[in-house]
Amino acid sequence: MHELPVTESILKITLRHAETHKARRVTDIYLVLGDWSSMVDDSIQFHWDILSENTIAHKATLHFERIPVELFCIDCTHIYTPTDKELVCPKCESTKVRVTKGDEFNIDSIEIET
Amino acid sequence: MTKKVPIVEKILGANETLAEKNRAKLDEHGVFGINLMASPGAGKTSLIEQTLPKLAERYRIAVIDGDIATSIDADRAAEAGADIAVQVNTGGNCHLDAVMLQKGMEEIDFSKIDLLLVENVGNLVCPANFVLGTHKSVLVASVPEGDDKPYKYPGMYRGVEALIINKIDLLPYIPFKMEYFRKGVEVLNAELVTFPISCATGEGVDEWINWIIAEVEANK
Repeated sequence: MHELPVTESILKITLRHAETHKARRVTDIYLVLGDWSSMVDDSIQFHWDILSENTIAHKATLHFERIPVELFCIDCTHIYTPTDKELVCPKCESTKVRVTKGDEFNIDSIEIET
Repeated sequence: MTKKVPIVEKILGANETLAEKNRAKLDEHGVFGINLMASPGAGKTSLIEQTLPKLAERYRIAVIDGDIATSIDADRAAEAGADIAVQVNTGGNCHLDAVMLQKGMEEIDFSKIDLLLVENVGNLVCPANFVLGTHKSVLVASVPEGDDKPYKYPGMYRGVEALIINKIDLLPYIPFKMEYFRKGVEVLNAELVTFPISCATGEGVDEWINWIIAEVEANK
């Protein structure tokens, strides 16, 4: 259910940058979403098409780059992606890990016509 | 002509900026804010009912209750002794965000308050993404929900400073593997302070109360 406020934020940021670059139209939006940033599926394209009506970004295509979670084991330096059922290091079973990837929740870039 | 414009901006950056304003307002009045999050039925409101009477002599407390529609929780907080209880209806939204908290905060005279407890909407996904500006975020987990919750909702377990494990009086009746639960929690959040409690029997509640007092005093 938070797709709506998220889509609103993406639209605001997009329009602000489009204006700065004197865009006539926004055609594409590139999003980078880590698997642990939780939320947001492709349904935001649907929200987008409605929310962006009457703006220069109407019907722009949203592109999702998904980043898998990557954990770094502090004890044995093993780098791994956890499974749905286990989070501990698969090599040494340590729980001392650092999240190195998977938190991303950004707009990376937009494509505009000037 | 088409061209690509690099942006690299946090999608929810605007919420974070507003959350900082909420924090500044709390700090200006020396009020300590706690954001309580949990799934529906984990015991957020019961925890508030246990907490208020034990802190009533020491602090003046406001409760802001986020709910999709009703005011049941704010009424319970008022009955339990909150100096002021404000209901914020999210109008269908599954979480509080910094704007909604700001609106709730407008109804409170912060010169008459020492502690603000925010009861977020019951949900383990969305509230984790919307910071509010409180000083600490607390997750109320409960034993009957199952030991796999850290694995299913990593974002929530990573975004909090304290974890309450409620309904421990039910442990003998439920196949809850505490070791498995704790290992998941440790990976996600090594710094997390944990309080196993039972709002039904009162077990463990004092440790939670002492933590609040220590945090409030340290913030002064």
